[in-house]
Amino acid sequence: MTDHPVFSNDPPHGGDHEEEEEEEEEVSEAEEEEDVEGEEEEEEDDDESLVSESWISNFCSVIGHEYFAEVTEEFIEDDFNLTGLSAIVPMYKEALEMILDVEPDDSSEEASEVDLESDTYNNGAAARKKAQRLGASGAGNIALIESSAELLYGLVHQRYILSRPGMQQMYEKYLAAHFGHCPRVFCNNARVLPCGSTDTPNMDTVKLFCPCCLDIYTPPNSRFQQVDGAFFGTSFASLFLMTFTDIDYSAPSHKTPAQIPPSARKAGTTSTTAPTVASNGTPLPPQPGNLNGFATQNIAPGLGTGKQYEMKIYGFKVSERSKSGPRMKWLRSRPEDMNLVDEATRAELRRSGRLRKKKKSRPPVKDEDGMDVSPGPQESTEQRRAVKKPVRRIKEEVGTTR
Amino acid sequence: MEEFNSETDSDYSSYWRDWFISSRGHEYFCEIDEEYLTDRFNLTGLNTEVQYYQYALDLVTDVFDFECNDDMREQIEKSARHLYGLVHARYIITTRGLQKMLEKYKKYDFGRCPRVLCAGQPLLPIGLSDLPNVKSVKLYCGRCEDVYVPKSSRHAVIDGAYFGASFPHILFQVYPQLIPQKNTERYTPRCFGFKVHASAALLRWQEQQRAAQRRRLIEAGVEVPTQEEAERMQDSEDDEEEEIVDSIEDEGEKAGW
Repeated sequence: MTDHPVFSNDPPHGGDHEEEEEEEEEVSEAEEEEDVEGEEEEEEDDDESLVSESWISNFCSVIGHEYFAEVTEEFIEDDFNLTGLSAIVPMYKEALEMILDVEPDDSSEEASEVDLESDTYNNGAAARKKAQRLGASGAGNIALIESSAELLYGLVHQRYILSRPGMQQMYEKYLAAHFGHCPRVFCNNARVLPCGSTDTPNMDTVKLFCPCCLDIYTPPNSRFQQVDGAFFGTSFASLFLMTFTDIDYSAPSHKTPAQIPPSARKAGTTSTTAPTVASNGTPLPPQPGNLNGFATQNIAPGLGTGKQYEMKIYGFKVSERSKSGPRMKWLRSRPEDMNLVDEATRAELRRSGRLRKKKKSRPPVKDEDGMDVSPGPQESTEQRRAVKKPVRRIKEEVGTTR
Repeated sequence: MEEFNSETDSDYSSYWRDWFISSRGHEYFCEIDEEYLTDRFNLTGLNTEVQYYQYALDLVTDVFDFECNDDMREQIEKSARHLYGLVHARYIITTRGLQKMLEKYKKYDFGRCPRVLCAGQPLLPIGLSDLPNVKSVKLYCGRCEDVYVPKSSRHAVIDGAYFGASFPHILFQVYPQLIPQKNTERYTPRCFGFKVHASAALLRWQEQQRAAQRRRLIEAGVEVPTQEEAERMQDSEDDEEEEIVDSIEDEGEKAGW
């Protein structure tokens, strides 16, 4: 919460925008989250007419848990999917029972509590009941089990979203833009995917990965700063892109993404949608439709010439030689000629000697790619070499005098 | 900021501007000095841009005493806001304006960069165009040199021209000590621990671009410290930076600001 800009803590005002609503809830959301969970438990106890909801759907409807998919019970019931988790999660068995809303099958003790049984207990309170039986410290225990259950659910969730049904569920959430959109202006509101920076719990909070600029962002709402990144894992976002190769990731979040026709995704085809002329007017060689296992138009579609910010003062570009000049353009660059990224083919061409001619003319090409826009007149490589030496000597002298 | 005004203006006289900058959604604005507003040279050309220019100016400078109906009043009010915004874009690139904005920057009034690897770098407001009614205000991060959409929708209705496309760059030109240390760290998409081929190839290409720029700059005799060097320098600079800001403020006080 301390890492929070001042303006979002201001009192809420009426707004129909979704983010606006989110921010309104930000105030004291830390306590709120606790409360909501507590209330749910109580509700189940107090309101007998309430249709009992499973622990999982309860968990997913908690404010701040909007990114979670509902893991199917079959997935959790399969022991194979839980391999190794018992070593990480404390009170593993109780937590698992809580998630699955299982009545503990301890018949001897159950008999002694027939009176309790007669009350219309719904299955959500089963774990609590068990905790009560464990002794006077029941109230403390239930909180412990609850947090264990959350951890266990998160770790199962990390695995589940990599499975086929989980991936499909997340795909629907992605289409509905449940994860929000990229804050970068030139990504044009592209949808993002949740991801973690580590697979180990309690290390870092959830982040948002933008397939358009291949970068990760902090969720705009601070309530997600309570959500563990490990519950989504490092692999999900990448695997998602590799699973759903046929959607246009650059589509803004209010539009349904267009499908990329399968013919354009076959290896070895040339793209029909890619521009044939570079921004400086030189014609580009035919662009591959599929590159390194991705549809070329889906490799960082939000980057490259025309989609990166150019610093200007009174309309003039700031020179990169200036101390305050651009130094980070590489981060948002993408070659206009995507063949340059096709390392395997280029290596093959270089080996067979067909690329040699091109290689000589590479430095000027690089300059035209949008990296070197500022330094005054373009010099040829020979001229540059001639200039280079004296400059170096000066630098060395400066170095020695220091 | 209040202390700046106390000498020249009474509390009452800056009533409209006080109200304007403290109203909701106007958190990015700073207060324009009376002297700046009353100097007609600073308002050159704005009379064609703003409707009811004279009334609007009167309202902004709190000398408005025109009897009119509510509709008219509202029109003038709107013009006054527009006028204030346009003057604001000019004001914040003056020495005083830069100082005021620097204060706000230091207080994180414009928010923090959403990019994870920028580690909460404070942002600066920027317009993508200097012409009004083109694009709403955006936020510029000095560390990753990119522009972001403000996270609150109440800022999405503020015209970018009220801040101008040059402001952050002028600020960093004037205060080069404040240029944030760029980092070469970046996010690498991975799947089960392995880099994803398509993005990794692009990342390698981008690295080449960075190396090429570094080479170019070294050839041109520009100092480009590597990240490690920079980090080592940073530790000593951190204290320095504070001093610099203090000294800037001192200078301001001496000059009677």
